[in-house]
Amino acid sequence: MENKFVVHDLNLYYKDVQALRNISMDIKKQQITALIGPSGCGKTTFLRVLNRMNDLIEGVRIDGKVLLDDQDIFGPDVDVVYLRKRVGMVFQRPNPFPMSVYDNVAYGPRIHGQRNKNKLDEIVEKSLRSAALWDEVSNRLFKSALGLSGGQQQRLCIARLLAVEPEVVLMDEPTSALDPLSTLKIEELLRDLKNHYTIVIVTHNMQQAARVSDSTAFFLNGDMVEFGPTETLFTRPTDQRTEDYITGRFG
Amino acid sequence: MTGNRLGNTVATAILWAAGFFILGLLVFFLAYILGQGFKVLSLEFVFGPAANGGVGPQLFNTFYILVLSLLFSVPIGVGSGIYLAEYAKPGRLTNLIRLSTECLATVPSIVLGLFGLIIFVNFMGLGFTILGGAAALALLNLPVLVRVTEESLRTVPHAYREGSLALGSTQWQTIRRVVLPSSLLGLITGITLVSGRAIGEAAVLVFTAGTSVSRHYPDFNPLVSGETLAVHLWYVRGEPLVANAEAVAAGSAALLVLVVLFFNLAIGLPARIYQRRLRGSS
Repeated sequence: MENKFVVHDLNLYYKDVQALRNISMDIKKQQITALIGPSGCGKTTFLRVLNRMNDLIEGVRIDGKVLLDDQDIFGPDVDVVYLRKRVGMVFQRPNPFPMSVYDNVAYGPRIHGQRNKNKLDEIVEKSLRSAALWDEVSNRLFKSALGLSGGQQQRLCIARLLAVEPEVVLMDEPTSALDPLSTLKIEELLRDLKNHYTIVIVTHNMQQAARVSDSTAFFLNGDMVEFGPTETLFTRPTDQRTEDYITGRFG
Repeated sequence: MTGNRLGNTVATAILWAAGFFILGLLVFFLAYILGQGFKVLSLEFVFGPAANGGVGPQLFNTFYILVLSLLFSVPIGVGSGIYLAEYAKPGRLTNLIRLSTECLATVPSIVLGLFGLIIFVNFMGLGFTILGGAAALALLNLPVLVRVTEESLRTVPHAYREGSLALGSTQWQTIRRVVLPSSLLGLITGITLVSGRAIGEAAVLVFTAGTSVSRHYPDFNPLVSGETLAVHLWYVRGEPLVANAEAVAAGSAALLVLVVLFFNLAIGLPARIYQRRLRGSS
C-alpha cells in the first residue's frame, strides 16, 4: 500500500525540552493510523507536526524530514496555507464557529474562492451527509451551530473539514469530550471516511484504537516505542512497555 | 459556623448596599438633570438656530465632530488593536507600542486640548475648527480604542483561530471572517464607550473647535469653528453676559444626557440582537 506521509528522524524541541525523539514512521494512504500513549507522551504534538499547526506556538523547533507525497512539508517553497487545505484537522473539543450550520460548512469553500450559491448548497449537503449529520440538521441549517449538541458539533466540524476536500484528516482525540453514543457514531463515520481519506487519529482510548485503526503507534515520553498493524500491536506487542501500557499496568 | 454565616450576611448586605448606592446615584442624577432641563426642552430649543436661543447648531456640531473623530480614530485604533492582539510577537517593539498606548491614555484631556491648540490651531494655522477639534478628540480616544479592540479580540477562543487555520485559511481571512465577527459586540461596546465620552468631552474642544458656531446651520464645512453641546454648557455657565444662562445650561445638560442615552441604545441594541443570532439560543 502506498505511503501518504513518510516521517524520517523527526525531533521536536519546545524551548529547551525535547518533546519528540527520532520519530520515523510511514503513514499509509486510505488507512486509519492511531496514535496512542499516556498524557504528555507527544502524540498530539506529533499530530500537529503533520499540518504544521505547531508553527503557531512560540519556541518550537523541528529537525528531521516529513514528506507528504514525497514533498518535504518543511521545504522552503511550501505554502503552509495550502498544506493545511490538504491536511485538515479536527480538534479535541468541538470548535464550530459562532455562525449558522450552513455558514460553518461553507466557510472553507468560501475562503478558497467558491462563490456560486448552487455549488455551495451542493457542497454543504454532501459534506453534512458524509459526516452523517444531514438528517439531524437539514431543518435548522440557518440557525446557529452553537445550539447543536456536543456530538453534533463534532460531526459538524468533520463536515466543515470534508467541505474543503482534504487528502488527510488529522483527529486529535475527537471523541474525548463526547458521550458513548456520539462516540459510536463518529467511529462508524471514520470507517466510511477511510475509503476516501487518509486518517490519523490520536486517542486516549485503547479500545477505540483497536476498534477503528489499521495501524497503531505507541508513544511514550517523546519516543515512538512501537508501530505496526493494530492487531499485532494489541495481541503480540514486541516491546515490554507497550505490553504494560495496553494491559493497563500504567497510563 | 455561626461566624461564617454572620460574615456572609454582612458581606452580602454591604455589596448589596454598594450596588444600590450606584443605582440611587444614577437615578438621582437623571431625575435632577432631566427635571431641571425638561421645562426648557422644546423643539425650538433642541433644533432651533442660535439666534432664536436654540442649541440646534451645537447639537449638530456634537455629532459632526464625533463622526469625524471616529473617522480618524477607529481605523488607527482598531487597526493597532488587531495588530497587538493577532500579529505582534512579544518583544521590544510590541512593548513600546503598548507603553505608548498606555502613556497616551493617561494624558489629561486638558493637556491634549492645549496640544491641539499648538499643533492644529496655531502651527497648522487651522484656527478654531471642527476639523482640528475632531483630530484632537481622536487623539484622546485612540488609546481607549486600541485597548478595547485588543481586549475584545483576546476574548475570542483560540480554538476558533485554529479551526479556521486548519481549513487552510490565511491569517487575515481568519481575522476578518471569524475573529472580528465573534468579537463584534465587544468592539461596538468599545466604540460606544468612546463615543459617549466624546459627546461629553469639553476640555479638548474648547481649545480646538472653539466656543462659537457658524452662522449657517447646518454647516458641513469642517474648517469653521464648531461649539458642541458640552462646550456650550461649560461656556454659558462661565459667561456672565449670556441671557437666560441658567435655563440654557439646564436644557443643554438634559439634552446631553438624552443624546448619550439615545446613542448607546441606538448602537447597543442592534449589536446585541446580532450577537444573539450568532450564539443561537435555540
